Amino acid sequence: MVEADFSVASDAADRAREADIPHSLVVRFGMDRPLRLDAGIDLAPFQIAYQTYGTLNAERSNAVLVCHALTGDQHVANLHPVTQKAGWWETMVGPGRPIDTQRYFVISPNVVGGCMGTTGPASTNPATGMPWGLDFPVITIRDMVRAQAMLLDHLGIASLFSIAGGSMGGMQVLQWCASYPRRVFSALPLATSTRHSAQNIAFHEVGRQAVMADPEWRQGRYFAEGSNPRRGLAVARMGAHITYLSDAALHRKFGRRFQDRDNPTFSFDADFQVESYLRHQGISFVERFDANSYLYLTRAMDYFDLAADCGGVLAQAFKDTPTRFCVVSFTSDWLFPTSDSRAIVHALNAGGARVSFAEIVTDKGHDAFLLDEPELLAIVRGFLEGAAKARGLPPARG
Amino acid sequence: MLTRLKQDLTMADAARTHGGARVDLVVVAEMVAPGAKVLDVGCGDGELLRLLAETRGVDGRGIELSREGVNECVAKGLAVIQGDADTDLSDYPDDAFDYVILSQTLQATRHPRVVLEHMLRIGRHAVVSFPNFGHWGIRLQLLLGGHMPRTDNLPYAWWDSPNIHFCTIKDFRQLCHVVGAKMEKAVAFNAWGRALRLNAPWWFWNLLGEQAVFLLSRRE
Repeated sequence: MVEADFSVASDAADRAREADIPHSLVVRFGMDRPLRLDAGIDLAPFQIAYQTYGTLNAERSNAVLVCHALTGDQHVANLHPVTQKAGWWETMVGPGRPIDTQRYFVISPNVVGGCMGTTGPASTNPATGMPWGLDFPVITIRDMVRAQAMLLDHLGIASLFSIAGGSMGGMQVLQWCASYPRRVFSALPLATSTRHSAQNIAFHEVGRQAVMADPEWRQGRYFAEGSNPRRGLAVARMGAHITYLSDAALHRKFGRRFQDRDNPTFSFDADFQVESYLRHQGISFVERFDANSYLYLTRAMDYFDLAADCGGVLAQAFKDTPTRFCVVSFTSDWLFPTSDSRAIVHALNAGGARVSFAEIVTDKGHDAFLLDEPELLAIVRGFLEGAAKARGLPPARG
Repeated sequence: MLTRLKQDLTMADAARTHGGARVDLVVVAEMVAPGAKVLDVGCGDGELLRLLAETRGVDGRGIELSREGVNECVAKGLAVIQGDADTDLSDYPDDAFDYVILSQTLQATRHPRVVLEHMLRIGRHAVVSFPNFGHWGIRLQLLLGGHMPRTDNLPYAWWDSPNIHFCTIKDFRQLCHVVGAKMEKAVAFNAWGRALRLNAPWWFWNLLGEQAVFLLSRRE
């Protein structure tokens, strides 16, 4: 086998179903309650799929919004309905975890443009009865946040006790704090930035081009034409996955070791463990993710520039903010390096905000925020406990 | 480095009050008005910030150079960022705090004068505590021993010390004069944490004070 085999178990129809009728709670907004997009378009009707964990207290003061990253979804701390794998943040969210579901009411929505039940390019366009595909309007991080605010209005939550997220999730956290400062008591932007760098846009463009170069992509109409650009999406995922790790982590995990063989085969088969690993990452991603969603969400990240919304002065975005912040970065994260986090801290300080900032030593790269990093868990726990005390939340039950 | 210094200060038989808090920190805390907004530069493991929050009800923030110190502070729920007193104070706007505190850190900074000027710019008041290099014990070590002094509070060999800008109480007063700071209050105390007589002359403090704490403000 020279080319990787990217055929997958679940077919496109399964994913299309998940996009319209997800295994999640869903709130539907009708024609009378459109989502006003930055692109100047009103999206209506639309729906938001979300999960909740824990119980909202009588004062409605213990809600924590968890925002997912580019390829994440709302299944933070439960078995994933498509992959049957554990939730993506079970180290952080759950009973007795730092974001303790015995104490806090956790809400995690799928983002607008996603493919797990919130309206996105894989959802059915009510005007045509077919998936939106590239007819779906281009969305931004601010659009995602605006939709989440509508979800909170629907749930009757005026203000969040906290909001947490890494990477693209962290962008949503920062946008929340800039758009609705009075609705956020505390915030945890992790491994993130107030703007996507040229290098990051460049990586995203390579990923998008990989998807579009796949003949099965069919200008985004693959659902209608019964095809699936799985090769393109898998290659995009393989490339992106490298950026989530670090040289040291790849070396530690794989080195130059061979995969199930003692000698090179003098072919383009996956001789090296690292090749086999990346192919596996590509395949398992294609099973659960929509190629067009990948295009839209990477674009939303590229467009994100919080300072540009405030005349180029980042500090203006956080001026007189009442929110308590805890910014965290990781030493080996070269996608969202510590310097990006420092820029956030600098702006928050200039705005007089109450901010904590920690850089955690790890070789696990950008993905470290998703992993079992004891120092990260201790910091999030301590920060939230301090904030809970200030908010007057009672200690955890049981 | 600063954390290391602090830990050593803590480990050494640094004088403590009956409540268990370090005397120099208690003296610093007593100079801060209740409910004030405070920045602790070089806050170590956060002992002073915690003391200030508990006893004075302040809104405290910290900067600490060492990662371990910062992460420990944040895990305790304190608002602390990783940063360097020598380079990062310029990021703060004027009058952002009521008090900016430099506790047992002045002697480890590269540019003490610049740091002090920033403190007086960022805060309406500055509180500085430092080991007095003019103490008779230190003078005696140099005079009779002929080597760089080492004490319980300053246990390093000269080649291994984070402390690069030692000064005496007399020297510090001179710096205050140079940067135009007004001395509002000063306390010197001996090795046993006992404050020296307030009406004693400066030369007496400079000789018998092991540590000193100064409350400064801008000369208007």
